[in-house]
Amino acid sequence: MSTWGRGLLQGLRVTWQNMTRRSSTAQYPDALPDLPPRSRGVIALFEENCTVCMLCARECPCWCIYIDSHKETVPPVEEGGRERSRNVLDRFAIDFSLCMYCSICIDVCPFDALFWTPEFEYAEVDIRNLTHERDRLRDWMWTVPPPPGLDPHAAEPKEVTAAQRAADKSAPPASTSTGSTDSGDQPQGPNE
Amino acid sequence: MAEWLEVTLRLLVVVAAFLVLPLLVGQTEHKAMAHMQSRVGPMYAGAFHGWAQLIADGVKFAQKEDVVPDAADRTVYKLAPAVALLPYLVAMVAIPIGPGLVGQDLDLGLFFVLAVMSVGVLGSLMGGWASANKFSLIGGLRVAAQLMGYELPFVLAAVSPAMAAATLSLTGIVQAWEPWWLLWQLPGMVVFFVAGLAELQRPPFDMPVADSELVFGPFTEYSGLRFALFLLSEYAGIVVLALLTAVLFLGGWHGPFSDQLGWLWTLLKTGVVAFCVIWARVALPRMREDQLQKLAWKGLVPLALAQLAITSVGAVMTNQ
Repeated sequence: MSTWGRGLLQGLRVTWQNMTRRSSTAQYPDALPDLPPRSRGVIALFEENCTVCMLCARECPCWCIYIDSHKETVPPVEEGGRERSRNVLDRFAIDFSLCMYCSICIDVCPFDALFWTPEFEYAEVDIRNLTHERDRLRDWMWTVPPPPGLDPHAAEPKEVTAAQRAADKSAPPASTSTGSTDSGDQPQGPNE
Repeated sequence: MAEWLEVTLRLLVVVAAFLVLPLLVGQTEHKAMAHMQSRVGPMYAGAFHGWAQLIADGVKFAQKEDVVPDAADRTVYKLAPAVALLPYLVAMVAIPIGPGLVGQDLDLGLFFVLAVMSVGVLGSLMGGWASANKFSLIGGLRVAAQLMGYELPFVLAAVSPAMAAATLSLTGIVQAWEPWWLLWQLPGMVVFFVAGLAELQRPPFDMPVADSELVFGPFTEYSGLRFALFLLSEYAGIVVLALLTAVLFLGGWHGPFSDQLGWLWTLLKTGVVAFCVIWARVALPRMREDQLQKLAWKGLVPLALAQLAITSVGAVMTNQ
């Protein structure tokens, strides 16, 4: 501050400028926030994909994922074959009062069973209700946005090329023309 | 009979103004301060931009328990908010907002208003002393020190327009006012405004209630309605200070169409001054106790005395 009182004038100027500008306050409950589509709001569980591999629960830095399961045996597919054992999910719960939204569980899941959804309005009066059980986590699944499309000129997804190769192999050589048109339609195939 | 009716009517209008204007200033402070800090301030009370926020606050204060500390000096403690608030009501009686538009036009109006206004500070002093609380006591003593320091330049600056107009009547001062007085009395106006801010303990002169060190100074122990009265007295003080500045230095009801709209001009000038009080609160940092005293004794008192000298020279030259 070289001259006396300059700081005071600066304060007056800044406050005046703030007053004449529009404030950026968003009136939240009245106006919903404009969030990016892939915001990390809450974690959804696609339980049909879960194999109880426990990777998410082990990698979770907050230990906020609780998984219970038991094994069931599946009768052999062929006569005289061996019985197979299969994991069955009994409980899958995420305690969002502990979760730090690091996204590790979602990254680590090898079977695409966990997803981010942008929903964020699940505040609770009782902290115990922040532990979302399996059915609630499954319900969040309906709010998961569809995955983003491929970039222009991107290579076709592995699933498509594999299916294409299989189709080409089994089909007689006469149907090559239909095979080439199929490959043009197919990119939306693996979206499920 | 008609005379009684007129007096009653005038006093009723003054009381109504006393109740409405401080709330108006308070609401302006809520909103202006919010926007100066890039917020929007109260938005819900009263549905339209939170206009009823202070009414809601008042209801809340009225519902709160009125606690008196065990060791407090009960009578003094309970009396203090009234002592802080009433002087401003009495002062407003004598301040004119238009020719003839005054609660009671006194020949010694300026003297009366200044005398009454300095009583208001005693309220905080009493509250600080009677609360039996160290923070309150330190706050109260800071109020006293501030009162000692700033009363002098305040009165000296107020004397200047009275000397220029050769009258102590507030109506007379406004009638004698001419636009070039704005320049002539400028130092006096600055001193008056700054010293007035300090008397009201408004930021940047809020050392007595410095919340980071004294909780809330002399008002620490107060709660409920008594606390609300202290707050109200602060805003009533702003109104009185702004009115006085407008009347003494800004020419009161002088302005275009002053025959019909004189009172509007006074209120407009008052509003501008009150806005400056709010602006100073938002923009300026609190002064330290020693800086505060230094400003009063080394800055404002000499400036006020110099203004008196300038005024007396001018008055002598223009009158003869």
